[in-house]
Amino acid sequence: MRAGGTLPRWAELGLVPLLDVLCAFLAAALVVLAIGVSPLAVLRAILAGALGDAGALGYTLYYATNFVFTGLAVALAFHAGLFNIGGEGQAILGGLGTGLVALALDRVLPGWLLLPVAIAAAALFGAGWAAIPAWLQARRGSHIVITTIMFNFIAAALLVYLLVNVLIAPGSMSPETRAFQPAASLPLAHDGLRALGFAAAPSPLNASGLVALAAAAAVWFTLWHTRFGYRLRVMGLNPGAALYAGIPIGRMTVGVLCLSGALAGMVGINEILGVQHRLILNFSAGYGFGGIAVALMGRNHPAGIVLASLLFGILNQGGAEISFDIPAVSREMVTVIQGLVILFSGALAGFSRPLARGLLAFAGAALSRRAGAPASREG
Amino acid sequence: MSPGQTAQAAIELRGVSKSFGPVKAVRDVSLAIPDGAVAGIVGENGAGKSTLMNLVYGLVSPDAGEMLVRGREAVLSGPGDAIRLGIGMVHQHFMLVDTFTVAENVALGAEGSALLRPSLAAARRALGRIADEHGLRVDPDAIVGDLPVGEQQRVEILKVLYRGARILILDEPTAVLTPGETDALFRVLRGLSAGGVTVVLVTHKLREIMAATDGVFVMRGGRLVASRPTRETSPGELATLMIGDHGRSVLLPDATSRRRPAVQPEGFPGDAGVHRPHAEAAAASGPRSTQHAVSLDLRAGEIVGVAGVAGNGQGELLEVLAGMRPLAGGRIGLGGREVTPAAPCDPAAMRALGVAHVPEHRHRHGIVEEFTAAETAILGYEADPGLGRRRLDGRAAERSCAGLMARFDVRPPDPRHLSGRFSGGNQQKLVIGREISARPRILLVGQPTRGVDIGAIAAIHREIRALRDEGCAILLVSAELDEIAALADRVLVMLRGRIAGEVPADADPETLGLLMSGAGRERDAA
Repeated sequence: MRAGGTLPRWAELGLVPLLDVLCAFLAAALVVLAIGVSPLAVLRAILAGALGDAGALGYTLYYATNFVFTGLAVALAFHAGLFNIGGEGQAILGGLGTGLVALALDRVLPGWLLLPVAIAAAALFGAGWAAIPAWLQARRGSHIVITTIMFNFIAAALLVYLLVNVLIAPGSMSPETRAFQPAASLPLAHDGLRALGFAAAPSPLNASGLVALAAAAAVWFTLWHTRFGYRLRVMGLNPGAALYAGIPIGRMTVGVLCLSGALAGMVGINEILGVQHRLILNFSAGYGFGGIAVALMGRNHPAGIVLASLLFGILNQGGAEISFDIPAVSREMVTVIQGLVILFSGALAGFSRPLARGLLAFAGAALSRRAGAPASREG
Repeated sequence: MSPGQTAQAAIELRGVSKSFGPVKAVRDVSLAIPDGAVAGIVGENGAGKSTLMNLVYGLVSPDAGEMLVRGREAVLSGPGDAIRLGIGMVHQHFMLVDTFTVAENVALGAEGSALLRPSLAAARRALGRIADEHGLRVDPDAIVGDLPVGEQQRVEILKVLYRGARILILDEPTAVLTPGETDALFRVLRGLSAGGVTVVLVTHKLREIMAATDGVFVMRGGRLVASRPTRETSPGELATLMIGDHGRSVLLPDATSRRRPAVQPEGFPGDAGVHRPHAEAAAASGPRSTQHAVSLDLRAGEIVGVAGVAGNGQGELLEVLAGMRPLAGGRIGLGGREVTPAAPCDPAAMRALGVAHVPEHRHRHGIVEEFTAAETAILGYEADPGLGRRRLDGRAAERSCAGLMARFDVRPPDPRHLSGRFSGGNQQKLVIGREISARPRILLVGQPTRGVDIGAIAAIHREIRALRDEGCAILLVSAELDEIAALADRVLVMLRGRIAGEVPADADPETLGLLMSGAGRERDAA
């Protein structure tokens, strides 16, 4: 009997987070019951709204793309022991950077050249916005948890200022720029599928989804197969060992947060180059903060982050649809569910570990009973 | 004292077992400690002493077996229960607030009232009473940080007694004490025992068992292998019981290896390995650990031991030389290179110059517990091109780690085993193996065998000597005088951040003890 023993790796990485989420859903079900609606009907409505048809699925994946970017941004910094709460501001700056490039060059460059430049600009602006708090921490010791939050507000204010006073399209009433030329648009998924001969319902899902997957793979490779990633993890797991090993903590802090900011800045390409085709206000829509929850739920592993992003994408898209089907449940209900998911898989992470242990012990006992049964009958 | 048949045992364990995953830390241990006795528990590291004491103190709960406290069955769900039953523990590392007075520290956590004044008054009264009963006298108004280490430990004991402990567990209590302070501690323990307090002394130092206890329990591999009345046993017998057959030769300093003459620097042309570090550093962590103008030189092929009571600047000296702490003044010469405050050198650059470093604090600096052994085995050396030109080749790291594990007998020899799950001794072998495998010109070693079992100690000492014989210059900081005597070619004694004196390696312990405690101060006009 191995009571209190550690769980096998697969259970720790797969089963426990799953049970955490199930607990969150159970708690959400109680809330839904309390307002007099059947939780099963809500679940059905969310799933139908998020996955019911190709168009809905496209929306879900489009939302998930943003969560992958910001989730990776948070996770990468977290592995270095840095808590980047500035994903929101870095996403705004990423959108600003990519938008400025598009506005400046969309009549000059062809799409195949413009898009890479615009994507690089998003990364660069996001990185630059993260570099300032990073440098302040490395040099001056001002904690990035404080400074990155403040930089979110500065970024939002900067975008409002630029859109209202500088970049606004002449004659426009709303604070947004002119629409970009088609050269600055990322290919849409349904166009791509149609070109391959599949009929697909239109959705905002675009090529940045592939960028997100590539980013997840790149983060995985960086963390576990490069010297930079090795040093980054030493720094996060044992800063004393980093000092001992001669890892330059200040420089690493700036480098890691720049990469983190670049990842968050990629939200800008999905939103601005992929969907809006102009620079608008509030396109970051809380993805920067959502990324913290996604990273928590995904256990800071790129694969986990992709899965958690899908869940958050489903909640976002299904939640948008739900009030059509069940008027008693508003959009805010989904925020409640998201909050519960964060509570159970973040603050209470591993809360269901005893449950997982019990389940495993039960399964083990059942298996051995089945295996042992014929033998005992013979005896 | 023979366990199991005493009239009234303070603590009795019956068939207690505890496993952590596949590791059986304590197996079927039954013992009884008589009321008012001083009992010793000895064993190698990893023998299960600490787990056993944690079971008694309620920090972990047993898988099987039962425990009786003064004849009554006790099920502990935490240290709180243990304290209520009168069991107290003095940890190896003090848990004191340096800036508080003795009375404040004693009352801390046991205030018993919302206002401070009544609880302080109660603490003061209790301190007076305890002083009368046990002769354990400490000024209640002294600031703890100003007290010498031996008296700080006395405050720890007072804290436990103040909480009503009648059974006192001390975990390696002498690790930080000078020989004189150790003797004083033993007198205190005797006094407590005479006053009816049961004392359990957990240690791996046989000399202390012989000096301080009435009875001794020997643990090996999680089992209780023997119990003896102290006057009927000998260090040799205990050592044999602790590790099996070759206890004796390992434990007593090896006479042949000890007196080997230092390799002459002339033997190394072009001062390849010769360097003259001259460190002047003013560290900023309190007066007692401040370092003042330390000058020393270290030649190829010699081991220089640095003795001293813990916290007199030895650790800071190592860290300055390793590049982990900035140099406040002076210079360090390493072969051709010179390190000064204006031209500092970080630990990575130091490694590139051939300076390897086995840190004093293994967990804080030497390993990353969440890493695999292979990952820990490249810490500081991850830039090695042998680990892949562009990407970091995990397979190559695992292969070289497997080689290291074979050479240094790290168990289990699995490069993917998590670093934090190795025993202390095997973690240390991993760290020392890593540093020695780098073929350094200079090796800085801090507490190479702290928390390491006796079998591993011999192996580690052998490796350090072999490295010296290859011409490496070695600076050894150790709290174990036996270790310094066994390894060093000459010995420096540090006191309050200064080199208080240099003695030959065969100096007698009294001379060393005097220098360490400051009584033999003759060089420093303070």
